[in-house]
Amino acid sequence: MNWSNVKTIFLKELRSFFNSPVAYVVIVVYLVFLGYLFTNNLFLYGQSTLRPVFDTSEFLLLFFAPAITMRLISEEKKSGTLELLVTKPVREYEIILGKFLSAWALFFFTMLPTLCYYFTVASIGDLDLGVVAGGYIGLLLLGAVFLSVSLFCSSLTENQINAVIVSFAFVFALYFIDKVLIYLPSSLASVFEFISVDYHFSNIARGVIDSRDIIYYVSSIIFPLYMGTVVLEKRRWS
Amino acid sequence: MSILVSNLTKYYGSSKAVDDISFEVHSGEILGFLGPNGAGKTTSMRIITCYLTPSSGSVKVEGRDVQDDSLEVRKLVGYLPEQNPLYLDMNVVEYLEYAAQLQAVAKSSVSRRVKEMVDVCGLGEMKHKDIGQLSKGYRQRVGLAAAMIHEPKVLILDEPTSGLDPNQIIEIRSLIKSIGKEKTVVLSTHILPEVQATCNRVVIINRGKIVADGPIEDLQRSLHGGERIVLEVELSDGQTFDMVSVQVKAIPAVEQVSLLHEHNGIKKFSIETSSAIDIRRDLFQLCIQKGWGLLELHREQTSLEDIFRQLTSDSVK
Repeated sequence: MNWSNVKTIFLKELRSFFNSPVAYVVIVVYLVFLGYLFTNNLFLYGQSTLRPVFDTSEFLLLFFAPAITMRLISEEKKSGTLELLVTKPVREYEIILGKFLSAWALFFFTMLPTLCYYFTVASIGDLDLGVVAGGYIGLLLLGAVFLSVSLFCSSLTENQINAVIVSFAFVFALYFIDKVLIYLPSSLASVFEFISVDYHFSNIARGVIDSRDIIYYVSSIIFPLYMGTVVLEKRRWS
Repeated sequence: MSILVSNLTKYYGSSKAVDDISFEVHSGEILGFLGPNGAGKTTSMRIITCYLTPSSGSVKVEGRDVQDDSLEVRKLVGYLPEQNPLYLDMNVVEYLEYAAQLQAVAKSSVSRRVKEMVDVCGLGEMKHKDIGQLSKGYRQRVGLAAAMIHEPKVLILDEPTSGLDPNQIIEIRSLIKSIGKEKTVVLSTHILPEVQATCNRVVIINRGKIVADGPIEDLQRSLHGGERIVLEVELSDGQTFDMVSVQVKAIPAVEQVSLLHEHNGIKKFSIETSSAIDIRRDLFQLCIQKGWGLLELHREQTSLEDIFRQLTSDSVK
């Protein structure tokens, strides 16, 4: 692994996020929705918790992740710049990793302003720091899973619209899979529950960091990235 | 030996794009890679640049195999793909820096190389503009600058002048020629004058196979079995084309006589022979015997167009 290549691609992608209006629009929409949905019910519940921030973010991520990753690879395929990129002394997984990290960093920057919710709520009530930290860690991991899956989808096609639709299908499946458990036989239910991102997220968001959840997250971040690498390498053999 | 292609074959599914080709390129040579559309030029170049993997056979660049030593080969090669893809949202300097970093140019010399390439390719006034705003000619220069940013030993240019206007074509050609003095350049094209203007050697490829390989002059000499001779004579009244034709056809090896044009009794003929026997002496004697006023008599050089058409015409059928 040549980290300087990863860094070069990471910085280039990050810069092109902020050079185009897309990043700003997505961030603003995200924060407006989140702010509205959070503060709307804050005084209704009367609880000092950031749980609504995390739950809403989880839902908003379903749209956020496909939207910011859709062009990352598909556009390079369409314009032909991918050919330039892979004929430079750069390995495919460095390309994928650089692009993934840039999208993750954008998500991180998007979440930064939500820290002010922490200070607001902490100033008016008694807030459990452990739960908040768990929530943020869980959210970053969850975001990474969605971004990684969507990045893989972007590598499949040269059409951004196709990429975004396939990404929606994947991330919605991961999110909603545990909502159908009651209709399933119990033997299948536990499998579906383990696949669901929501199930693992709610564990971490309670402030419980369990190795099973971490293993789930790490593997479901790495696997799509690996698949994306395979897709990029496949062109050589076709 | 800079590039050594041996028995290279590439299949796309069941169709053969490149069929057992072998050739070599020496350092400091500008090789023209010619062929009709779909002949396998781009596929071959993509294999040399490690974009595709050969189905069988091998390619070595500066002694390194494109499969076993792919990263090293990619460091040695500068590549300008067909259609010249670029990031339109980056400005020229940003893009060249990005290319330099990915090509592992030492950090301390990145800005020096970028500046040199901006100068060599004449991008001085455009260097802070977004690539999307540049004209096609300037974009081509940016593509070339990026391909050469790491001082590669080998440059692979896939149709570097396609879509440019005549002035831009001449500029890009002279740029390539000046680069070609130190580097090995392989350029593909289907524009024939371009090859004559820039290349030392041509490889003509048709339907995935090499049909000719050599310096242009050699090809011109060897490929045309017979010769074409142009004869212009002034005839006295009453002498017709048919009379001349019969006389000329009496000379051995003459296959065909055709009238190119006539004007006030001056007739221009094209005479084709079946072998390379020089019949100009016989024609001269004939003119004296018959009292024709000889105005012009010369052998016609086979043009590259003729060679190309001759070698690749089966693809039309």
